[in-house]
Amino acid sequence: MPQPELEIVVDDPTAPEDESPSVVCSGTIEIFICLLLLALAVTLGYDNWRTGASWDSTGPEPGYFPFYLSVILGGGSLYGLIAARIAHRKAAETFVTRAQGRRVMAVFVPTLLFCLVTQFLGLYVASFLLIAGFMRLVGKIALWKSLLTAFVFTAIMFVTFDIAFDVIMPKGPLEAAFGY
Amino acid sequence: MEAFGLLLHGFAVLLTWKTLVLMMVGLVLGIFVGVLPGLGGPNGVAILLPLTFTMDPTSAIVMLSCIYWGALFGGAITSILFNIPGEAWSVATTFDGYPMAQQGRAAEALTAAFTSSFIGSLVAVLLITFLAPMISSFALKFGPPEFFAVYLLTFCSFVGLGREAKHKTVISMSLGLLLAGIGMDTVSGNLRMTFGSPELLRGINFLVAVIGLFGISEILLTMEERLALRGHAASISLRVVLGVWRNLPKYWMTLLRCSFIGCWLGITPGGAIAASFMGYNLAKRFTKDPESFGKGRIEGVFAPETAAHASGTAALLPMLALGIPGSGTAAILLGGLMVWGLNPGPLLFVEHKDFVWGLIASMYLGNVVGLVLVLTTVPIFASILRVPFAAVAPMIVVSCAIGAYAIQNAMFDIWLMLGFGIVGYVFKKIGIPLAPFTLALVLGNRAEDAFRLSMIGASGDLKVFWSNGLVGSITTLAIVLLFWPAIDNLLGRVGWRPRAKTAAQ
Repeated sequence: MPQPELEIVVDDPTAPEDESPSVVCSGTIEIFICLLLLALAVTLGYDNWRTGASWDSTGPEPGYFPFYLSVILGGGSLYGLIAARIAHRKAAETFVTRAQGRRVMAVFVPTLLFCLVTQFLGLYVASFLLIAGFMRLVGKIALWKSLLTAFVFTAIMFVTFDIAFDVIMPKGPLEAAFGY
Repeated sequence: MEAFGLLLHGFAVLLTWKTLVLMMVGLVLGIFVGVLPGLGGPNGVAILLPLTFTMDPTSAIVMLSCIYWGALFGGAITSILFNIPGEAWSVATTFDGYPMAQQGRAAEALTAAFTSSFIGSLVAVLLITFLAPMISSFALKFGPPEFFAVYLLTFCSFVGLGREAKHKTVISMSLGLLLAGIGMDTVSGNLRMTFGSPELLRGINFLVAVIGLFGISEILLTMEERLALRGHAASISLRVVLGVWRNLPKYWMTLLRCSFIGCWLGITPGGAIAASFMGYNLAKRFTKDPESFGKGRIEGVFAPETAAHASGTAALLPMLALGIPGSGTAAILLGGLMVWGLNPGPLLFVEHKDFVWGLIASMYLGNVVGLVLVLTTVPIFASILRVPFAAVAPMIVVSCAIGAYAIQNAMFDIWLMLGFGIVGYVFKKIGIPLAPFTLALVLGNRAEDAFRLSMIGASGDLKVFWSNGLVGSITTLAIVLLFWPAIDNLLGRVGWRPRAKTAAQ
């Protein structure tokens, strides 16, 4: 049987270790999420009750349909809470390990900063900073490659959306200096 | 015959240079998102939706549907060459596709995958061509109670037939329906669940939610895992293609069976995942040599790909005919129609014939062009995987942000997208399904309007949902499906469970 050569190999220098300790188990997160959803159901249910969740002369009031949905959400969350409590005692499946958590944060934190920077410097500058920064700091890719990729990608996005398709994106002082 | 004439008219609408170029662009972008780790059909369509905002509806939907076909084709490349299923429904393709690649038969496996995808889609498009106009003309007789009953049937079948824990599906669906109600009430004009926030006045746009739920969360999940790849490069020669095609008649029964299963599970909310596994298992069950499955058998590639693609395509049938999407991607396409002011459902076939038949014609043409394109460009697309994920991930984040912002030109939506990204990440990890959430977000307002109109017409009497044979049957079926697991269990206990199912178990 012919054994072909493996021709595409991409290594991952930042891969998480296999034996990383667990930060939190799925059962705990499930309980936490059910509690949050229960709180949300109570809040939304109250707001719909306040808006009007019964009948008047014209038919169902605005809060009628969403109020009963809040009840269903609350019921589902309560059931989930009990089910998760029972299952929690039996097994503790890992939700995220420390190494995985670090890697998720390595994407999440830059994305959060990107959203923040977009508000002040516009989307294109924020995009350039995110791509160049992420490639350099997280991917350990050569600086010139990171800067060039970020510039080319941002320029393509600008030409595609703002110029070719007339989809106007949030701008900042840099674009303003160029008259956009 | 009428459908055939209308289809020809659809081709006439479609065959302009502009539309054909957009079709090619859509297919290339689609294959691209299908191959890239962390993206897939629904994400690709949602993220690239803003590109179509300034187009006319026909060109826009043609491009979006071609992104969808392209993504479906692209998923097979990573499954076979790298043993990485881009989507859950590609998992079954890896069982025999990857062993074939290891045996030096990657080109054969890829040709089999693309060809069977094409066949599955073609059968589903034929079904749409002839069945959708009939369903929509029947649905023209529907009033609000019938429509609400159909929505209820969709929701209940998700709960009753879904593989996930029932309470998790209920949580996902009710949360989606609640979030769809945020903002101004369309009937009374009152504000609901806005808590004084001017940003929430607009409500939560489901496309923003989808971009976060699928795009951002997928990046977080992909990043969490090891991103090292080790796979095979492949190029497809005409000799291999003709060789596979020559052997196709041998597998006609498998292809037909899987197309049928796919279409059925696409129209009902069973979905492509169930279709692909069911197709694979049935092919294994009906063969004389089941032991050879999983070791590089070409039928093991034909079966799941045919079923999954038939299912993915057939999911567009209820969307077009009734305005009820059969899958997450169909829901996003439905959202796209709404962005352009089109109201999916039976009236679409009456009021926008050019659009509907142009779209159906594009399904035929898009699949043919897509098949030729993937067969000739596999090495190029496979090499995309050489690009490090550290470069791809931030580009996807930026594309998501552009998509989220462009929908309503609101900065708040970028933050909302990020929030939904976290929700999607956590929900996926604890097994709360996202498809019912998306479906509920899309259909929430329509379902509520139908419910309220029904109740107003009946002065609040719930018996309106059993007021005639049609609505009564649909509502009863909905309730049966909701409690199907319990009913099935009961039937099993009293020995009434169908023999085939018992045997399968």
